[in-house]
Amino acid sequence: MSLYYTQKILYDLNRDTSIQHGYNNDLDNLLGNYTLTDEEVTALTKPDIGLLYVLGVNGQILMHFAAFHQIEWDDYLQAMRDGIEKYGPVREGVYAMTGSGNSFTEDTEVRS
Amino acid sequence: MSLVYAGVCSHGPGITARADRANPELRDAFYTNLDKMRKDIVDSGAEALIVIAAEHFANFFMNNMPAYCIGMADEYEGPIEDPDWLKIPRTKVPGNAELSKRLITEVMKTADTAFSEEWKFDHGISVPLNFLTPKYDIPIIPMNINCQGPPLTPLNRVWAFGEAIRNACDAVPEKIALVGTGGISHWPATPDSGKINVEWDQEFMDRFQRNDKDAMLSYTDEETYRDAGQGGYEIRTLIATAAAAKGAKANVHFMEPIPIFATSCICAKFEL
Repeated sequence: MSLYYTQKILYDLNRDTSIQHGYNNDLDNLLGNYTLTDEEVTALTKPDIGLLYVLGVNGQILMHFAAFHQIEWDDYLQAMRDGIEKYGPVREGVYAMTGSGNSFTEDTEVRS
Repeated sequence: MSLVYAGVCSHGPGITARADRANPELRDAFYTNLDKMRKDIVDSGAEALIVIAAEHFANFFMNNMPAYCIGMADEYEGPIEDPDWLKIPRTKVPGNAELSKRLITEVMKTADTAFSEEWKFDHGISVPLNFLTPKYDIPIIPMNINCQGPPLTPLNRVWAFGEAIRNACDAVPEKIALVGTGGISHWPATPDSGKINVEWDQEFMDRFQRNDKDAMLSYTDEETYRDAGQGGYEIRTLIATAAAAKGAKANVHFMEPIPIFATSCICAKFEL
């Protein structure tokens, strides 16, 4: 049930500017509105993208949270790989890593 | 009147957000085909555009997740994403609540759907509209199929939903265009982003092009997850569009894997 609320706060955050204001200015109070474990609070507070990914947060929700924190795309992908390395496989949900940590974005990239 | 246009295209956020990192030839060819879709929609004389999308938690969450939902408002807004990240300005998008109500009423005669009088577009709708109606000058009727939070609606019900949409279009006097937008195989927003099962995509699009109902409905979610990733669940939007085309064959104008866009990018139009 706890993953539900971890995703719920991110869902609210991603679509509601007043929640975003609360996240930036009164995080403890905001988090108090959701039923979260200490591990989840830590992941949301740091933020620890890798841990949130391992906890099972849906990538479509997590991607927006990373953008909210101005985390660049490659850094976002690497943070999830680092999370797997540090915390182990994804524990719940359908967004598990299947590619052994390899990068698949390189083939057609234009590098200056 | 009837359905005057039916087509499908991709919607990945990278299509706009990471455009500068794509192979320029492939990217420009894809954009050219999206623009051809825009022209075809204009030439069809459509008075409203239905977009069957697979939204990504912009409006619906697991506290109340509809298998299907249709927008019923005079105005929508989007994208919810940071405009600087998605590279699409946040804007108001016109709807038509009265037309939506008539369409929903017709759909409900043969299929169940939720409706919503407010709707925030995410990249799943905003990216296609950025190319197909860049001036936001045609009313949009957003429709959503839950492709994110299992349990998911079965493919045979998706087909029934598509048929109900077609019947609804045929029952109203307005000329309606329909665009389904979803990925084929992809593992979006995971470390595997950019992974594409080209063989699976080609097989699916072959079935789609032939509008082979039985072949399209034969996929199980377990097979799709294994071979096409969780993003593959979005074939629901494409299958619903095929059903709405009532057996018409599709011309696939563009299909190329573009890893930085996270999927095989497609543009296709049904010969209604």
